Amino acid sequence: MSTTAEAQVNGAELIQEVLKAYPEKTAKRRAKHLGVHEEGKSDCDVKSNIKSLPGVMTIRGCAYAGSKGVVWGPIKDMIHISHGPVGCGQYSWASRRNYYIGTTGIDSFGTMQFTSDFQEKDIVFGGDKKLEKIIDEIQVLFPLNKGITIQSECPIGLIGDDIEAVAKKKTKQYEGKTIVPVRCEGFRGVSQSLGHHIANDTIRDFVFDKMDPDKNKFVATPYDVSIIGDYNIGGDAWSSRILLEEMGLRVIAQWSGDGSIAELENTPKGKLNILHCYRSMNYISRHMEEKYGIPWVEYNFFGPSKTEESLRKIASFFDDHIKEKTEEVIAKYKVLTDAVVAKYKPRLQGKKVMLFVGGLRPRHVIGAYEDLGMEVVGTGYEFGHNDDYQRTTHYVKDGTLIYDDVTGYEFEKFVEAIQPDLVGSGIKEKYVFQKMGVPFRQMHSWDYSGPYHGYDGFAIFARDMDMAINNPVWALTKTPWKKAA
Amino acid sequence: MAALRQIAFYGKGGIGKSTTSQNTLAALAQMGQKILIVGCDPKADSTRLILHAKAQDTVLSLAAEAGSVEDLELEDVMKVGYMDIRCVESGGPEPGVGCAGRGVITSINFLEENGAYDGADYVSYDVLGDVVCGGFAMPIRENKAQEIYIVMSGEMMAMYAANNIAKGVLKYANSGGVRLGGLVCNERQTDKELELAEALAGMLGTKLIHFVPRDNIVQHAELRRMTVLEYAPESKQAEEYRQLATKIHNNAGNGTIPTPITMDQLEDMLMDFGIMQKEDESIIGKAAAAA
Repeated sequence: MSTTAEAQVNGAELIQEVLKAYPEKTAKRRAKHLGVHEEGKSDCDVKSNIKSLPGVMTIRGCAYAGSKGVVWGPIKDMIHISHGPVGCGQYSWASRRNYYIGTTGIDSFGTMQFTSDFQEKDIVFGGDKKLEKIIDEIQVLFPLNKGITIQSECPIGLIGDDIEAVAKKKTKQYEGKTIVPVRCEGFRGVSQSLGHHIANDTIRDFVFDKMDPDKNKFVATPYDVSIIGDYNIGGDAWSSRILLEEMGLRVIAQWSGDGSIAELENTPKGKLNILHCYRSMNYISRHMEEKYGIPWVEYNFFGPSKTEESLRKIASFFDDHIKEKTEEVIAKYKVLTDAVVAKYKPRLQGKKVMLFVGGLRPRHVIGAYEDLGMEVVGTGYEFGHNDDYQRTTHYVKDGTLIYDDVTGYEFEKFVEAIQPDLVGSGIKEKYVFQKMGVPFRQMHSWDYSGPYHGYDGFAIFARDMDMAINNPVWALTKTPWKKAA
Repeated sequence: MAALRQIAFYGKGGIGKSTTSQNTLAALAQMGQKILIVGCDPKADSTRLILHAKAQDTVLSLAAEAGSVEDLELEDVMKVGYMDIRCVESGGPEPGVGCAGRGVITSINFLEENGAYDGADYVSYDVLGDVVCGGFAMPIRENKAQEIYIVMSGEMMAMYAANNIAKGVLKYANSGGVRLGGLVCNERQTDKELELAEALAGMLGTKLIHFVPRDNIVQHAELRRMTVLEYAPESKQAEEYRQLATKIHNNAGNGTIPTPITMDQLEDMLMDFGIMQKEDESIIGKAAAAA
């Protein structure tokens, strides 16, 4: 429960207080990443996409995580080889809960782990021959695979392996099978963000540019759209897709949750690219706009207000028939969402939330909380860029605390001072805050729940937040001897 | 038995490191010292004159065949040659692939763990060209070579390389205790070679331990895959190597922490000796047509 005293926490003073723990140089540099949003400013006035400082606990991932874990990993009918020592693939095994339809091990491979398991001799003598052998074995063991990507781990870049040459040779040998070398070595860039960009570029270079137009039998319709930047975490893309279909649109591709190589190849024939995660897939969207003339539009399917707004925005690219049907869809689901709000808003009204997520959700989910009467008082991105912070200004209120690439220490101190009713971040943060007695939800994996996108997702979102905040367990965390006193 | 001496020969590629080291070590063996040679060059040619062999099976190639380095036995990789000198070649990948530096680290660790150094008076590392990465600095890190001998000549590039190697030695001198034993000048018959070598040694804070004159007999011996010490032990050149061996043997504990110099200092020195002309700033970067 928020009290008057807590509400008076002054963001600027809090930042100064927290920075005091750092050596002077670190404090000076971290100060640029922390701020308090002022209404009317064009961005959040924080620096972003800069190297994390040694000695702090950053929450970020690496370029390999961005390529293998985010962009390429969910393409279900391709096999993604974690090329290098075993750990990177092993500890990211089974994906980010990117759900898919298919028979695992037969025509889909999402939850399997493929790795070249580098040994000392592979480092010394190079791993190209081993990679060739793996690709050959994949063709024998998994003949229904539709292609392969080679996700480079750090050593590949250090020892100078020529994965491009292997990919070229094997593509030829297997008669045009798509084999994509991805230079996403973990030491490149400052976060997973560069991995997204590199992966986007490889789709351009090794899927689009190498497609045989004669082989593609795709027949276009005037209502073809592609979902870009939805990774189908807990089924997000599915609860989004049904809305688009009810509007009369045809979803021809999902990038990349439950997606396939054929869908990637068909996308340039679509009429509109609708972009959910701007951060990870704006690159390929811009490319398709330039090269194929396909417009793209950002949308937000978190919470009924933003969903409604987004459905109308998407419909505005199409004829009146679609627009009419869109209004029908909105009216139809309003009954559902009104019931959800009626049930949960009284339980969640006025609750304060602090977020720290990846590159999109720190702003995108704010509307969903507000639909439930909640208030986001602090937010920040792991790997957002300045354009993300510009977009954030449309979501956050005056006085919201903004923290870019927050350190473990800062986040703990901020939460301690502000005492929100809920923290939404990742698995590494979860137990720190729960042990502080603060309710927590994982906002990367939906805490093994979901979907949260669309109207159906909102019902689950509302239930989950209520479950976290109003859980009776929190009443038991109070110190009994203090109560007695 | 005296404490194990671990020494290493470094120098620019093609300067004659392997030839100089094998001849010197053969001379030390003649003096009754028990020697182990560890070749740290992917070319694996550090032991051919001792073993009379074209190329020895290397630690890394055998490890790759067997699966991993843990599958190897010391006997598989160690050969015994002239005067019971024990020889090991680290080996490495073919040019252009993999990581030879990591290979050096792998094989030296293997040799240490398997007691390859037991019973030796000298372990000598023969390391390729320049200290290009951490792997090739392995022999100068803690508990490895204590004395580094840089093979050089009066050629400019050989002196640049010598200075670079001195920088590598300096880096590890404080953490690991490695010292620069001295310079060995392998004569190329360039102008004022002896004076230059001595001057460079002075600037690097070390000494020219020996000036090895050029003699064709070295080539004659090499054609037979032999050291001069074995091919023509009475020759004048064999005596030179014996002198060098004696000086190294008596040099224990006399190594210094090098004082590498800047490029400008090196060039100034070359100018002082009239090897380099003072550069004309006005012509730098001007194409023929413009000038």
